[in-house]
Amino acid sequence: MTTEVGSETEVKKDAEQVGPDKAKGKPEEASETPGNDKSRKASSEETQDSPVPAPTSPSSPSSQKKEKDSSESKGISRFLPPWLKKQKSYTLAEPKDESKKRATGEEQVAEESESHPSEGMAQPKRSLETVAENNAKADDKEEKHSVSSAETQPAKEDGKEMEVEKVTEEKEEKEKRETKEVQTAESIPQKPPKKIKTVQCKVVLLDGTEYSCDLEKKAKGQILFDKVCEHLNLLEKDYFGLLFYENSDQKNWLDSSKEIKRQIRSLPWLFTFNVKFYPPDPSQLTEDITRYFLCLQLRQDIASGRLPCSFVTHALLGSYTLQAEMGDHDPDEHRSDYISDFQFAPNQTQEMEEKVAELHKTHRGLTPAQADSQFLENAKRLSMYGVDLHHAKDSEGVDIMLGVCANGLLIYKDRLRINRFAWPKILKISYKRSNFYIKVRPAELEQFESTIGFKLPNHRAAKRLWKVCVEHHTFFRLLSPEQPPKSKFLTLGSKFRYSGRTQAQTRQASNLIDRPAPYFERSSSKRVSRSLDGAPMSISDQSLLRDFRTRGQPGGDKIIDLAAAGEAELKEGGREDDGSPLKTPQLELIQDGKKKGDHIFQVKTLPGKEKQWTAMPSIAGTKPEETDKKHASRAEGPCTEVSNADKSSHETLDIVEEKKQAEVGIEETLVIDETNKGKIQVATDAGETCKVEHLPKKDSSSLPSDSSSSSSSESEDEEVGEYQPHHRAVEEVIREEQEEEEDVKRKEHEEKIQHVEATLEVSQLTVPAECTQVAAEDLVQENATAIPTEEKNLSEEIKQDLGEEKEEEQLKLNGDVSHVDTDVSPQIICCSEPPVVKTEMVTISDATQRTEISTKEVPIVQTETKTITYESPQFDGSAGGGAGVLLSAQTITSESISTTTTTHITKMVKGGVSETRIEKRIVITGDADIDHDEALAQAIKEAKEQHPDMSVTRVVVHKETELAEEDED
Amino acid sequence: MGRGRAAGGALSAAGAGGGGSRAEPGRSDPPASPRSMAGLGGGPAAFGRCTHAVVRALPESLCRQALRSTAGPEVDFARAEREHQLYVGVLRGKLGLQVLELPADESLPDCVFVEDAAVVCEETALLTRPGAPSRRKEVEAMKRVLESLNLNMVEMVDENATLDGGDVLFTGREFFVGLSKRTNQRGAEILADTFKDYAVSTVPVHDSLHLKSFCSMAGPNLIAIGSSEAAQKALKTMQQMSDHRYDKLTVPDDAAANCIYLNIPSKGHVLLHRAPEEYPESAKVFEKLKDHMLIPIANTELEKVDGALTCCSVLINKTSEL
Repeated sequence: MTTEVGSETEVKKDAEQVGPDKAKGKPEEASETPGNDKSRKASSEETQDSPVPAPTSPSSPSSQKKEKDSSESKGISRFLPPWLKKQKSYTLAEPKDESKKRATGEEQVAEESESHPSEGMAQPKRSLETVAENNAKADDKEEKHSVSSAETQPAKEDGKEMEVEKVTEEKEEKEKRETKEVQTAESIPQKPPKKIKTVQCKVVLLDGTEYSCDLEKKAKGQILFDKVCEHLNLLEKDYFGLLFYENSDQKNWLDSSKEIKRQIRSLPWLFTFNVKFYPPDPSQLTEDITRYFLCLQLRQDIASGRLPCSFVTHALLGSYTLQAEMGDHDPDEHRSDYISDFQFAPNQTQEMEEKVAELHKTHRGLTPAQADSQFLENAKRLSMYGVDLHHAKDSEGVDIMLGVCANGLLIYKDRLRINRFAWPKILKISYKRSNFYIKVRPAELEQFESTIGFKLPNHRAAKRLWKVCVEHHTFFRLLSPEQPPKSKFLTLGSKFRYSGRTQAQTRQASNLIDRPAPYFERSSSKRVSRSLDGAPMSISDQSLLRDFRTRGQPGGDKIIDLAAAGEAELKEGGREDDGSPLKTPQLELIQDGKKKGDHIFQVKTLPGKEKQWTAMPSIAGTKPEETDKKHASRAEGPCTEVSNADKSSHETLDIVEEKKQAEVGIEETLVIDETNKGKIQVATDAGETCKVEHLPKKDSSSLPSDSSSSSSSESEDEEVGEYQPHHRAVEEVIREEQEEEEDVKRKEHEEKIQHVEATLEVSQLTVPAECTQVAAEDLVQENATAIPTEEKNLSEEIKQDLGEEKEEEQLKLNGDVSHVDTDVSPQIICCSEPPVVKTEMVTISDATQRTEISTKEVPIVQTETKTITYESPQFDGSAGGGAGVLLSAQTITSESISTTTTTHITKMVKGGVSETRIEKRIVITGDADIDHDEALAQAIKEAKEQHPDMSVTRVVVHKETELAEEDED
Repeated sequence: MGRGRAAGGALSAAGAGGGGSRAEPGRSDPPASPRSMAGLGGGPAAFGRCTHAVVRALPESLCRQALRSTAGPEVDFARAEREHQLYVGVLRGKLGLQVLELPADESLPDCVFVEDAAVVCEETALLTRPGAPSRRKEVEAMKRVLESLNLNMVEMVDENATLDGGDVLFTGREFFVGLSKRTNQRGAEILADTFKDYAVSTVPVHDSLHLKSFCSMAGPNLIAIGSSEAAQKALKTMQQMSDHRYDKLTVPDDAAANCIYLNIPSKGHVLLHRAPEEYPESAKVFEKLKDHMLIPIANTELEKVDGALTCCSVLINKTSEL
């Protein structure tokens, strides 16, 4: 209630949305026993009268219960029948504080607020999670609840009333969702509403000046960003962002949708206003003021060396800067040294200044806005314009740079571009620990996607890079202004999305700008060189470049290795496959008329694992390798699936974020996105080919080994699921096209085309088939399995491919998602308790009903057990029929901040009926930022939306709770 | 010879056709300011502009001592000279370039292939360190002549670096550098350091002497490419590496894919390509370029020692006399 509380309470309160919001996520609450009201009252009295020490460690459940925040328990108990709710007593950590608050009312003392972050950090994990959940759900529709609980400090009586209300609401919600809470033996301290705390915040602007303001401590990034933009009179603000630095050169973008405090943690509230997305064509910006800020940013970039220029360009850009800031050259006023105050280049010479002055004279008559425009028109052509560089190493430990830009991902070694992956070519971006992975579409001559890994300096760097990629892709590639771009990035387990507008949207919005051109004063760019981030960045960059040159890695130059060893393997594979009836020219399906690059990057594992990989190329060999080249026409001719080719129309990009943690695992198997079907599917005869997702750890050899029964595929899946982050070396190889065997290949190719047709027929005959699955999970985790039952024929698939973007865009945002509330809390039951207690099987749906298994309908049984399995009745039958011919198998492992998702797709042909089974296993690990239930629900929902024609046949939820150290970052 | 000529034809790249004008600011057009300097080459529109050409006479030692990848018939010196004179004559007479002709040096049998000794882009010249040790001295004369043009000079002094100009393809937007027997990574890095405005991507070259042995620019946005596996593969590499989409002109013969594109103010698109007598099928392809002024040039003799059309000149666009 209204009682004041210890630090926990405060932390909680800081999160804007309290109790109700988090309710769904809090299984612990469920464990509480009925009689809450009484206990609650009692507890509140208790807290007021007898302060108790600060929160105890999570390991002592009993005491924790006592400490639970009442509001939080309310929130959780929302899902429980009232009689089930049990209210905990909570303790009061800082009674003084309480009285103070009462005295001061809404106002919060600054010091107090200052102290909170550290408190929060220091708190036991549980309290952190509490806050995190609050935070995570801040956007939820239940915000209304939070208002009462968090923002105001009602009298006791009011508080009670409100709680009652909440209880009823919770009940409703629960009914709506048909969810049940599984209780753990834990409870969460209840926190009363609190006052607003403010903190002072400083932002270094692009002209070097500093803007400061007071912010509510729990303010989200958007608040600050809006304030800054307002201060700057900037309307086209989507190109910009706020940076904060950890260490000197680790820059992080402030996420507008999240609380500032959660992001900067203990760092000072000091930010830098910067351009985040460099518009490829600045002339399309609507306002001069926007261009001006872009100019300021670029001047910084240039002066600091981040944006390299030739001498001539330095001089030219400098001359435009002069023109913009000083107007026409005035021989009287502008003596020879007038430019020395400006910094145009990292290493500015007298000669350069002379050149600048000389050029300045030629710009006579240009207005400042025109000079800025000229500046930008020249700057935008620089090859490093808008490229956000990240240091990394390739598989061989060679230092490289990954550059994220509007068009995609660029790979540099030293100053040389050694590869490039345009966004349309990238299927998935993920990171795991300090590794960053991209999965790329097969090239023209390739059949399989490949995954390329890079080693980042640390986990945070990998995550940063991942986020930057997500944001750039969203901003620049997703053009549909009507649809929320975020939906594009809804992927399993990933909490992070770009929350702003896309470039298309911001352009549209800019068109509506209707104001006279705002007046603004151009400040001297002298200051630019002194701005916060310039110098250190350039220094670090340069040092890194130097490092590159001195790298001592053996074989360092081999990033791109033509004429791969894999070639021989490919050929072999091709021969082996000769005559196999079901060979499918995968290639044809994916032929992309537009795509011209044919670099095929093969991921290779470390030497020790090479055997596994050799299996891969042999698989690849089954497809016509060299169709293109001289025979481009041929490739196009037979390819009936050309429609598939237009990649840009169905560009998809899965972005998966991963944070692996030890404690709680939820494993979920879900229908996977079928976007890639056209590419993924390989029809072959038994065991000859499979689609192999190239995650090094996986034993791909098992795939080609044979028609994988469901169990075998499962086991493989498991292997991946158990995948432990390990140091992984990846070698990129541009597969060399084979010249000698071209004719042979051509023949093969033709054969394969025929096979394709045959396959098509088969597919058309396909009946929504049973799903097969053998639950082979031995992991103690939650496991939800969705099994697609229908094999679509190829044309359908193509359609889906084409329409897929739309589908994705229609996905709802997180907040709209219906939730499956399962008990996934990483919290503490009892350390000694075995993680898996019991298993219950629940049938959730009839497998023949392919489409509409809404998550809402999923009954979740409240249980004390930790394993829940839902499966369709069909399941058994199909499992028995696992002896079909494996068409393809694919396993994808992706990870996000809180989840590890392993997806296994198998296609089987059994007596003319083919079936596709997609199994997703999602491990959701406990983490402060995570809402397990929501993640699970989200995953299921997405899977459903992605595969409306498939049905979920089985959901297995394993819960493993234990105490574990958070290993974050 | 010269077929139709048209300025700004179908082949012009996006953004081309504007003459030498600097980029346009879209919203507010600045008063025309004199183009005093090539900022980023003035964009793709300026691609192919050329005012000067450096060539070098061929030494008699070429016939016997010039490096060659394959043994074959001896070079007919007299004929080689005639062909070369025709070549120079076209540049000077027909196209009106200021041709700076260096004298032959008998001690440098390959010295006629001046392209390998320097890479000139806009106002900057990179003096290379040719991959063949016997050719390193060729750079000296090149240095002198380029200095006379008042270009910004960069010398490749790193002893670990090698670079032949024949491995450098400048598209107007970016550089591709072939990593060949003659050019190594370090050489490419120095090139990237020299021309910082541009992306420099590396392209492995295995089966031929140079990157430009099978490709060249045939227009502002047009890459002429041979049909061999190696050529097509290299093209794909380049396409993958580039943010820009180039058109391609595929010719049956790799050697014929080496042509010289120029943008001459009074003549528009000009293309020097191998004569129909040498490569009839490829010539037919070039003849489809309706917007180009086509100038067939025979190069039968120098080809015996791996010489191509671009090898014999360094083209320079001096926009200012500062």
